Amino acid sequence: MTSRMLAGATVEVDAEGFMLDAGQWNEQVAEEIARENGVERLTDRHWQVVNFMRDAYLSDGQAPSIRALGKTSGVPIKELYELFPKGPAKLAAKVGGIPKPRGCI
Amino acid sequence: MDAHRILILGGGTGGTIVANRLDRLYGASARITVIDRDDEHVYQPGLLFVPFGLADPDEIVRSRRKQLRDRVELLAGEVERVDVASSIVELASGSTLEYDVLVIASGASLAPEETDGLNGPAWGESIHTFYTLEGAAALREALDSFDSGHLVVDVIDMPIKCPVAPLEFCFLADWDLRRRGRRDRVEITLLTPLDGAFTKPVASAHLARLLEEKGIHVEPEFATGRVDPLARRVHSWDERTIDYDLLVAIPVHQGPAYVTRSQGLGDALGFIPTDPHTLRARAGDNVFVIGDATNVPTSKAGSVTHFEGQILVENVRCFLAGEPLSASYDGHANCFIETGFHKALLIDFDYVAEPLPGRFPDPRLGPLPLLAESRLNHLAKLAFQPLYWHVLLPGHDIPGVGPEGPSADSAPLLAARGVGA
Repeated sequence: MTSRMLAGATVEVDAEGFMLDAGQWNEQVAEEIARENGVERLTDRHWQVVNFMRDAYLSDGQAPSIRALGKTSGVPIKELYELFPKGPAKLAAKVGGIPKPRGCI
Repeated sequence: MDAHRILILGGGTGGTIVANRLDRLYGASARITVIDRDDEHVYQPGLLFVPFGLADPDEIVRSRRKQLRDRVELLAGEVERVDVASSIVELASGSTLEYDVLVIASGASLAPEETDGLNGPAWGESIHTFYTLEGAAALREALDSFDSGHLVVDVIDMPIKCPVAPLEFCFLADWDLRRRGRRDRVEITLLTPLDGAFTKPVASAHLARLLEEKGIHVEPEFATGRVDPLARRVHSWDERTIDYDLLVAIPVHQGPAYVTRSQGLGDALGFIPTDPHTLRARAGDNVFVIGDATNVPTSKAGSVTHFEGQILVENVRCFLAGEPLSASYDGHANCFIETGFHKALLIDFDYVAEPLPGRFPDPRLGPLPLLAESRLNHLAKLAFQPLYWHVLLPGHDIPGVGPEGPSADSAPLLAARGVGA
């Protein structure tokens, strides 16, 4: 665990850069994490996914998998990959300030 | 007092263990009914061996009825839906059953139709799976006549039952091809949506090394989007492609269809939100869930179901006695991983402790080595099938192997060193 400065605030992150305390997150932090990970601007569609992930995590304690996102977020899987290249569930979780989705064990 | 009405959905590993343990606990003071659609109990760990001729399909199937104690009723039927608010289960036949306690043990279902191109005419021809009895038997024939080309093992998405089975399949395929003198003409590739061979870092590194030693190529973070059966090509969502000659797919898993039809019971994939420690469903105080049907964050594996059984039965007892639920599951899982050449590896872990080298079941005496290949582990894996039918399903304890995972062993040690509880 390390502390780092993001958008003028101090936040705790794990070795891969996932925030450990969802309470330290705000929209400016999200935008900065997105830029660091190659997403220059967060559009409404990005926010739809990020907010959905955050709400799911805050109410269930688990972030949804990509397949669950495709079924329930209103954004199809193909588009999820366009919005968040490589791993949409992981990147959206990182931008949303929640821990890395365990997905699978 | 009237007998407790306990209804169990599913007569597989979890349903059978729970039914038999509850029957021993309550005798005539409970009326226990198990509902399943057929009378075929498959020893699922045996499926892996069928494609290599190391087990015959009829060796690994027995009657469900015969695994249940005499007083337990087995009812043939298809569940239509569960009405959690009214404590009623509706069957497809139209009949309804009331319960005091419901135990959901319906496992996970395979959904090849969720992936474009997977279950068309090529299914059973150039595309196979070993996750069903018919599939494993068909794959045996396909492997017999497979002389050269690219064998691709594709984990389409997590979660899956027994997440090490695809690795074991690769190891056994490597061994099988070598003993038949065809290994140099076959390339083996494992496609996985994970970022490595396994999710837990230390075990993942060990397994990655073994895969490399055996010349098995791993394509990590490969999330399969669709399969083109004519071109024999797998496409990932991020536009990577892999060509195959023989595709062994592990289809998407989901909960049974009745979960989706039961309002408030399941999540988007049909798994059931369950308290990871008490094993009670979030949907209702008198609903408990065991095995692959839950969403608890540990492997979907028989060992998990076995360990959960003991905890779940104790919590059902607490609930029916009006006491707070006192038993707590810690995520304990262990798996033998066949690596071919009559050897196997054993891993042991829980919600907190990841699989590490050591010895099992006694941390000092073993005799089984953890996270290391050995002949003894292979023999233990083979010896497990009779233990499954005669000790585990009847609901007896296996001496020295309890539901507590490795972090229970190390907790006093850590406390003694002044490390937090």
